[in-house]
Amino acid sequence: MSNVKTNSRLSNRVQQIKPSGIRRFFDLASKMDNIISLGVGEPDFVTPWNIREASISSLERGFTAYSANAGIIELRREISSYMNKRFSVQYDPESEVLVTVGASEAIDIGMRAILNEGDEVIIVEPSFVSYVPLVQMAGGVPISVGTNNQDNFKVSAKQIEAAITDRTKALMLCFPNNPTGATMSREDMLEIALLAERHDLLVFSDEIYAELSYDEKHVSFASLPNMKDRTILISGFSKSFAMTGWRLGFVLAPEDLLSAMLKLHQYSLMCAPTMAQYGALEALKSGMDDIERMKQSYKQRRNYVVKSFKEIGLSCHTPGGAFYAFPSIESTGFTSEQFAEKLLLEERVAVVPGHVFGAGGEGHIRCSYATSMDNLEQSVERIERLFKKLT
Amino acid sequence: MNEKALEVLQIIEGDGRVSIQTLSKMVDASEDEVKAILKKLEDEKVILSYSAVIDWSKVEKQEGVTAVIDVKVTPQRGVGFDEVAERIYRFPEVKALYLMSGAYDLSVVIEGKTMSEIARFVSEKLSTIDTVISTTTHFQLKKYKHDGVVFDQGEEDHRIVVTP
Repeated sequence: MSNVKTNSRLSNRVQQIKPSGIRRFFDLASKMDNIISLGVGEPDFVTPWNIREASISSLERGFTAYSANAGIIELRREISSYMNKRFSVQYDPESEVLVTVGASEAIDIGMRAILNEGDEVIIVEPSFVSYVPLVQMAGGVPISVGTNNQDNFKVSAKQIEAAITDRTKALMLCFPNNPTGATMSREDMLEIALLAERHDLLVFSDEIYAELSYDEKHVSFASLPNMKDRTILISGFSKSFAMTGWRLGFVLAPEDLLSAMLKLHQYSLMCAPTMAQYGALEALKSGMDDIERMKQSYKQRRNYVVKSFKEIGLSCHTPGGAFYAFPSIESTGFTSEQFAEKLLLEERVAVVPGHVFGAGGEGHIRCSYATSMDNLEQSVERIERLFKKLT
Repeated sequence: MNEKALEVLQIIEGDGRVSIQTLSKMVDASEDEVKAILKKLEDEKVILSYSAVIDWSKVEKQEGVTAVIDVKVTPQRGVGFDEVAERIYRFPEVKALYLMSGAYDLSVVIEGKTMSEIARFVSEKLSTIDTVISTTTHFQLKKYKHDGVVFDQGEEDHRIVVTP
């Protein structure tokens, strides 16, 4: 990047990474009082008490030492059986399951485990803001493939195929998607599975929002025919069990890939925090009712927000999962950043402008509906006021 | 009961003031459908009333006293506990009345302005009912949680305003 002043104390690699577009908005919003935030990418529930209690109890009993590098074996067994029950995938807890510090670490070590300098990773966008930098930090080259409102932010095999070159090593998917809430059906994904096979691609499937699928049952990419061997399946406890601050995720992959990731994990992190692992163990043993309760509440809020947006004239696809609505504000003639800034300064509602999530994001705003109905009702009113003023 | 009606009940149990407009969007039904669901549930006495949870201890001169009274009674042939229960719940001071399993029969929740008002109710009205054998009165000292609502500090939103 020639326009960036380089600093010889820092690596070229880190200097090539752009600062997060969300940062600017965070700085602006955090200086203001009395704002309603639809900008939060995490549940508004507090971790269920039984999970917190189990973690406290592990501290009381003195479980404060390192755990096995891959995570405590009881937890890996529970993860394996939970993923099998919910998503019909089969992984050996001894050799194919790794407990990570959040799903982000899983993506990081996954990329570092497979990429050589210059290898390309196709990232389906709009997407979570960490994918691009994590590919770059691993020496790879991110190649973006944009999706759009008309297709409900689904991606087709054709779109992906157009981006494949002889340097393409992997494909990064995230459904249900942050920021669009898009989901993909089994049929949609089968096409992509065939493509992955034809071009011998590895597939990162970030399924952190899998439990928050409202209209159709989530289909794990790894459950598709022949896909387990080429899939790095990433999930965690943050969204489904409202455990974001615990920083606990997991990755499931065939043994050769997993042991490479484990090597990186053991040298940089040793193991995920033990007390968090005991909380997660309780989550899997008895948290299914909590998941259902939270899911129903998100679904009701999704219904409310999407219907209200449509009513006030915003074009908004119906997100099948996660807790984000991604309406278009293109008809205002403003960019997503300008609109989001006006919304914040004039109406005191914080959202995230769509362009920060990459190709296909411009012209949209990400509205997280993981907040109270009161806040949502007020936000809709305020967004309507600004939208009417600008159109 | 159909799924939509069940969903409506769960929502209004947490927020009785939710508007028909909002409620209909939440359960993905028309406003008329939701009105019909509510009307039916009200007619069938599934929904009995819509009320607020109030922390009276924060209202000056309205603090009041609440007591839970364990009552042992002699059940009567033919009517069991129902007749004595009815005699008790007719008093307006009685906020709640339950038939219990275990060491006593009826649990009576009484609200009054002062302790002596409640003492008078127990000695003059409750104990004098023929079938009442004994009463044990427990005064509530502090309300932490009522009907699923935490008094004082609930769990606040500790999240930072914008995150990826």
